[in-house]
Amino acid sequence: MKMTPEEYGELARQASPPSPTGKNLAMAFLVGGGICMLGEGLRLCYRALGATEQNAPTLVSVTLVALAVALTGLGVYDKLAKVAGAGTLVPITGFANAVASPSIEFKSEGLVLGLAAKMFLIAGPVLVYGTAASVAYGVLVWLWGLF
Amino acid sequence: MQVLTALVKAFLVGGALCAAGQLLIDRTRLTPARILTSYVVAGVVLGGLGLYPKLVEFAGAGASVPLLGFGSLLAQGVRRAVAQQGLLGALTGGFTAASAGITAALFFSLLAALAAKSKAK
Repeated sequence: MKMTPEEYGELARQASPPSPTGKNLAMAFLVGGGICMLGEGLRLCYRALGATEQNAPTLVSVTLVALAVALTGLGVYDKLAKVAGAGTLVPITGFANAVASPSIEFKSEGLVLGLAAKMFLIAGPVLVYGTAASVAYGVLVWLWGLF
Repeated sequence: MQVLTALVKAFLVGGALCAAGQLLIDRTRLTPARILTSYVVAGVVLGGLGLYPKLVEFAGAGASVPLLGFGSLLAQGVRRAVAQQGLLGALTGGFTAASAGITAALFFSLLAALAAKSKAK
């Protein structure tokens, strides 16, 4: 039987189980929103304790990162991530998890090329492209200031 | 009341940014690593255009906790550093602004990995 790629795609789409996009979206929204709300609660606490407007969000990031790393170590974060998808990926806790998780997993390959090197398995690309974009932006800002 | 409003705003904006990421995962088959990278780069662009700081002002941690906020922080750091040090700031500003989050992730992960039992392969 001859099929165009489009026909095949349509057939494959019909044969595959319906993707629970609605449920995924709701879980990502609830869990992601919850993490951000926890962050906002922490921010208000730190502000009330006297942290400056600038320092409070930094303290929030550090707290959430520590929490996410601890939960990753206990194996809880990855279980939550299975249900929450992008809800646990997009917040800064997802970045922390992406650093901690491979580092724990590859510990058995050694402290240098296992534990430490694998920390950057996912964080590496994030930092490379993030800083590259920021450098490009900095050069633009600098050029703009010249004229 | 003010506290409650701030919490609700953070929940709604943060939740929406995460739902957008889920939509990208489900619809485009972008891998999680690519989502993280694109969110940070998009944050640099939105922060550079001055749009994202406005969202942070509105939603607080709802905007600063998602990785777009991390990118926006890089852009703001670079702008500040370029104003102070000229072109050199393009290289120093990003990490200066993001240093706490990155260092915390690396240091705490080291502790967690050292504490964790090594899994047999």
